[in-house]
Amino acid sequence: MELKFKRKNKTLIIQISGEIDHHTAAELRRQTESALEQMGGRNIIFGFQEVTFMDSSGIGVMIGRYKQIQSLGGRIAIACPNEKIEEIIRLSGLSRLLPSFPTLNEAIAYAEGRESDAV
Amino acid sequence: MQFDNEARVFFSAKSENESFARLFAAGFLTQLDPTISELTDVKTAVSEAVTNAIIHGYENKTGIVELFCGYVGKHIYIEVADKGKGIENVEQAREPLYTSKPEMERSGMGFTIMETFMENVRIESIVGEGTRIFMEKTLAKE
Ligand SMILES: Nc1ncnc2c1ncn2[C@@H]1O[C@H](COP(=O)(O)OP(=O)(O)OP(=O)(O)O)[C@@H](O)[C@H]1O
Ligand SMILES: [Mg+2]
Repeated sequence: MELKFKRKNKTLIIQISGEIDHHTAAELRRQTESALEQMGGRNIIFGFQEVTFMDSSGIGVMIGRYKQIQSLGGRIAIACPNEKIEEIIRLSGLSRLLPSFPTLNEAIAYAEGRESDAV
Repeated sequence: MQFDNEARVFFSAKSENESFARLFAAGFLTQLDPTISELTDVKTAVSEAVTNAIIHGYENKTGIVELFCGYVGKHIYIEVADKGKGIENVEQAREPLYTSKPEMERSGMGFTIMETFMENVRIESIVGEGTRIFMEKTLAKE
């Protein structure tokens, strides 16, 4: 698994590539925390475009970050998950906490609280 | 049970081996020419069961995890077993969102995911002796 971090306005965008399981989840959690500390940001978007596999360990990390971000008044979202990952997200009820969007722009619009701008 | 073909592997209960277990199952079942979607279903279910063996069965201490794959025609059989602490209440463990380790950011979705992506998920567990998960799936005939 590899991570790329970018800051756009008040949103930290984390592009993930590779597989998210119990082994890599620890690293995802650690690097996300340290990026939040160093780069700041009120909202988080996890870019799933290049995620090839995710199991329930990924759900755990997302819910953990949701709780953190929400307590600071921010929003969190997932962009571009594949069909299987979408199914896992739906099963877990995760979408009620952090919605997923087919494009990064829509996810950013949601995170920044301007859904109506998204097409 | 007489299988057309079968494979069994034993490995250390280390998180590095979760991806190995997925690849082992996927590699073996490739002989049946599954769809990508079917292969992902099996990989996800194997990953859930192996992860459970490592974090719940052995609680991240040393141990050995067993993974079995077999098939009869297009019907596949998977087993994942540990000799760890066992499950006290199997009914409760199967419930969606039930986890005994919320502090470790577990979501309690492992068994629900196994049951969604596979058929006939069975749990055999004895407290203090270990746990064996049985899963089956019939692949679509082309
Ligand atoms: N191999 C095992 N040995 C002992 N206990 C287990 C084992 N597998 C599962 N359990 C118990 O069953 C519960 C439910 O398992 P399940 O996989 O559904 O959720 P989880 O592992 O807690 O969370 P998640 O899989 O979403 O990360 C676990 O919390 C644990 O208490
Ligand atoms: Mg689990």
